[in-house]
Amino acid sequence: MRVKQLSIFLENRAGRLDEVAELLGAGGINIRALSLADTSDFGILRLIVNHPEEAFRILHEAGFTLRFTEVIAVEVPDQPGGLASVLKILRDSQLNVEYLYAFVEKRAASAIVIFRVEELDRAVGILQQKGVRLLSSEEVCGL
Amino acid sequence: MRKSIEEKMNIDALDIYGLSEIIGPGVAAECLEKNGLHVFEDHFIPEIIDPATGEVLGPGEKGELVLTSITKEAFPLIRYRTRDVTSLNPEPCACGRTQVRMARISGRTDDMLIIRRVNVFPSQIESVLMGIEEAEPHYQLIVHKEGSLDTLEVQVEVLERFFSDEIKQLETLQRRIKNEIESVLGIGTRVKLVEPRTLARSEGKAKRVIDERPGRGETH
Repeated sequence: MRVKQLSIFLENRAGRLDEVAELLGAGGINIRALSLADTSDFGILRLIVNHPEEAFRILHEAGFTLRFTEVIAVEVPDQPGGLASVLKILRDSQLNVEYLYAFVEKRAASAIVIFRVEELDRAVGILQQKGVRLLSSEEVCGL
Repeated sequence: MRKSIEEKMNIDALDIYGLSEIIGPGVAAECLEKNGLHVFEDHFIPEIIDPATGEVLGPGEKGELVLTSITKEAFPLIRYRTRDVTSLNPEPCACGRTQVRMARISGRTDDMLIIRRVNVFPSQIESVLMGIEEAEPHYQLIVHKEGSLDTLEVQVEVLERFFSDEIKQLETLQRRIKNEIESVLGIGTRVKLVEPRTLARSEGKAKRVIDERPGRGETH
């Protein structure tokens, strides 16, 4: 139930983000979800793509500093309080969320949110036990 | 490097210091204690000065080595400024010799920057970075002037295998480098993490320093 996310270190330098987007586009990689965290000096671009290994190879060969990070893709009811219900489960189990971001696409009545949490295995177990649906890597890449 | 030479060749490798203007090698040499180079004081008088003011500094203080030859007849030198940066230690050595010991040369005064009246040697920053596992000892110093204040920016490459996905870990590293550099230099600095392999490598004369202060267009 773990999903591979690409995390890319980006210097605050004009055109650096364009380069990533162009390289991936030229390589036929489709971006499924993304988030950009930034400080005044650098940023970290986090991507969920349809072909993670291929995307890693393309960016690494182009000289980017990147790594795989394991995250979970959680189906969240697309209604008021939907996200809160999932967060409450994690909080009740003392699981810290490092960051999260949403998928652009929707699946039926649910939204998909990418979570990076401490103790990934424990989080997966607890969420599934509470009936929260997690998407597999294949499902996410194929979205 | 010394250790690997010693292990491979089964020898003791010792540092010898000299300069062609004086006699070439043989001004100072290490003993088997390998803890500083004894200066042959029966032939040379060593002094350490502040390269900016010329003031003579005391034992242990880092500055420019100045040499006077006593016994040379054809080409004597009096208070010759070597531009080499070191310090002198007059404490008796465990080997029994009483000649003053100079530390290994840590830099050249040619590289010295004066930032807010503080002497800064790029080699000081390099040695801090050598001690930080997560950073490459590749760096670039950028000196600016903001209003009437000099500012120093240190750009450091992040090692790929230590790249973290979490902002707070990278910021912790940034802060640690900043604190360690500041405690050595004694002046405030700005540390910027940059992508690996983006700074010039020290092949020949690398552009380690970019001085953007008005009137100092030069780079080292």
